[in-house]
Amino acid sequence: MSAIPVSWYLALSGVLFGLGVVAFVFKRNIITIFMAIELMLNAVNLAFVAFSRAHSASGQVALDGQVFVFFVIVVAAAEAAVGLAIVLALAHTRQSLNVDRVNLLKF
Amino acid sequence: MIVPLIVFFACALLAVVGAVLLILAHEPIHSALSLVLVMVALAILYLLLGAPFVAAIQILVYAGAIMVLFVFVIMLLNAGVEERTDWSKIGKWVGLPLGFLLLLEIAHWLYHSEPGTAIANGGGAPPAASTFALSTAIFRQYLFPFEATSILILIAILGALVLARKDQ
Repeated sequence: MSAIPVSWYLALSGVLFGLGVVAFVFKRNIITIFMAIELMLNAVNLAFVAFSRAHSASGQVALDGQVFVFFVIVVAAAEAAVGLAIVLALAHTRQSLNVDRVNLLKF
Repeated sequence: MIVPLIVFFACALLAVVGAVLLILAHEPIHSALSLVLVMVALAILYLLLGAPFVAAIQILVYAGAIMVLFVFVIMLLNAGVEERTDWSKIGKWVGLPLGFLLLLEIAHWLYHSEPGTAIANGGGAPPAASTFALSTAIFRQYLFPFEATSILILIAILGALVLARKDQ
């Protein structure tokens, strides 16, 4: 019998999301910025699972939150594949990973 | 009874420390490893929340596939120490205060949220979601979104191929 309130999980999720936002604006390396996005997605996933847990009665489990987590993970995988391909193309044309050096649409 | 509490606080601490290390690390590979730390901590929290299949997927797909992709790109591009010389003024003077404002807002919202049924139910015994029930939900109730994600994955593969292709 766990006595952990669901609000604690939501608090942790909020803290992780905020740290992800701070990392997103603080970091200058485009790969690390991608990692910040993944951190934010993970924080939202934790909130989804916590809500799924919160809305489960003793007999049955509310699965919708966990199904949503699967879709978030699928979209994150697709985003990582396309995003890192963009990073590779960017690194080959600009010879740099600093986002401050990527300030022109056409190079 | 005290064990889940200890596990929760250990994993929460691990996740927050990993996220802070991600921000403070100078090299991208250190950021990647601290992100793996966050993901493993979250997987243990999923187990605690009665979602063992989500925990397995978290380890397999996130800490496995996606992070391997990140580490692969970091190694391929030989990404070294991050440049800190000319980072944008907007990110410094607007972005960081807005980020902390968001943290404050979330804290305020959580502090003033009512402890309704959602939190009251949290004290009960965790009913573990069976993989059978989960697959039934995905392949019956959520069949169309599931098929849509397969098209999304196909488009992502094609996009990655087009982007990675050498210029003719």
